[in-house]
Amino acid sequence: MSARTATVPMARRRSGRGRLLERGLIYLGATLLALFILVPIYLIAVSALTPRENAFDFPHSVVPAELSFDTILFFINASGVIDSFWRSVWVALITLALSLLIGAPAGYALARYAFRGRSGYRLLVLSTRAFPIVILAIPLAVTYRVWGINDTVIGVALMHTALALPFTVLITSSVFVSVPRELEEAAQTLGCNPLQAFLRVSLPLALPGLAAAAIFTWVLSWNDVFAAVILTLRNPTLPAHILSALTQSPIYFQFAAGFVMLVPSLVVIFFIRRYLLGLWGRVVK
Amino acid sequence: MTSRLGWAPYALLIPSLAFLAVFFATPMVQAFALAFEGPDGGFSLANIQRMLGDTSFRSALLTTLALVVLVIPIQFALAMSMALVVNARLKGQGLWLYIYALPLGISELAAGIVWVSIFTQSGWLNSILIGLGITDRQITWQSAETPWLLIACVVIAEAWRATSIIMIILVAGLQSIPREFLEAADVYGATTWQKIRRVVLPMLRPSLQVALILRTILAFQVFATVIALAGTGLDVLASEAQRWATDIDNDNVAAAYAGLILLLSLVSTILFLVLLPTREEHQA
Repeated sequence: MSARTATVPMARRRSGRGRLLERGLIYLGATLLALFILVPIYLIAVSALTPRENAFDFPHSVVPAELSFDTILFFINASGVIDSFWRSVWVALITLALSLLIGAPAGYALARYAFRGRSGYRLLVLSTRAFPIVILAIPLAVTYRVWGINDTVIGVALMHTALALPFTVLITSSVFVSVPRELEEAAQTLGCNPLQAFLRVSLPLALPGLAAAAIFTWVLSWNDVFAAVILTLRNPTLPAHILSALTQSPIYFQFAAGFVMLVPSLVVIFFIRRYLLGLWGRVVK
Repeated sequence: MTSRLGWAPYALLIPSLAFLAVFFATPMVQAFALAFEGPDGGFSLANIQRMLGDTSFRSALLTTLALVVLVIPIQFALAMSMALVVNARLKGQGLWLYIYALPLGISELAAGIVWVSIFTQSGWLNSILIGLGITDRQITWQSAETPWLLIACVVIAEAWRATSIIMIILVAGLQSIPREFLEAADVYGATTWQKIRRVVLPMLRPSLQVALILRTILAFQVFATVIALAGTGLDVLASEAQRWATDIDNDNVAAAYAGLILLLSLVSTILFLVLLPTREEHQA
């Protein structure tokens, strides 16, 4: 390629007006793409904040005449919602704790030690992503019935941990790579044993990255519907409860449900905005 | 510090290996055991035959394939545009990335419901069309009578929800392209389009391949978006697997459906590896 480009004669600089036009078009495209993302979020917010008795008014006005929490309160007080909400919180917390407890040590090992089988282990973890998640839930439901943890918070959390673990290992490994090992070694020359050096030096420095990894895990667990539907029956998580309630619930219930599930995701993305590329972008390499 | 603890890394890896063996590898094997398990416990193709003979099998397979074929190109076109915008050093660079990344945290189910509020009979799309005078009656977008419209609704919702992940992978890839390459192209008077065709796309190939593989595997599992928007109006493979597992309570046929999804994922992965070979395969 370089041989070919080298023969191209030095071209004239494009005129300032052409550049300006191009710049303008890029801004226009950027804005349209942003509207495609933002407008639906705005619309579901208006839908969820419209009082129930106005839910069927037609046509809707894009600028709402009246906003109220009436529909959202109706949703929150509907039977099963609060219970399933807390179940979802517990499932996500257990998933988060388990995947960090099990995954972070492996991530640390990948980042800090050169050992036989290191690249083999990495490949193994990466290859889990080639397997669809759908395939795990059905056999696990069978196993859980034998173990007696079918339809429980812990059962769902264990399955979510299996989903999250490969990501946790890779993310924490890149977090620990970014903490200079020299600091840890310096601590050891000053009399710390390896564990103390880790706890007092590396861990505090790695904390923001680990928090981002934890939030990533939370999102994964909070958003899962399929596994939760398969693994629960009378004790569903929030998404599983909403999914099974969809057909026999009024449309404003759906709007409030969609909005309530959406808000935490938006907040979370805001808090880890700096880590977006590191979490979702780089771990695929 | 030469007191290397030879066993330490292995001790740190064991918990994760043990966990993945029990909760990942074992269920994978079990899924196939379930799919090929006869009523007497021996090997049998009965479940596969039952799946193939199921009345909704054909439509579930065709709808899933149609969704994959329609969604993936749209998502890649959108994601590429978004990634180029993020990389174009506009004012508020971080803000563009943040907006385009917003759907990353949004679940399939929530995304489906967001688009229900738009496509439903008395929803936003009809309100806006009537407001603009484009139509004077409420158009029915979501009806089992017009499966193609339903599929279009799902495609739009999925394009909205799951483009971000591709965008992020592409942005990470773009950032690894040395600025000098693009500046060199500038010096030779390359237009933006030429720069994209001749410099960006070839260098982005490994990222594109990873994103394609990942996104296609996920697309074969499309589930809650379809249920939210189409109810029982559309069958897909994952919803059939769920129906057999929970409603009909037949784990064997459900596992057969899950196995089919795995098979399709593997075939598509191999296809992308063969069709889009990258010289940097070893960098993983």
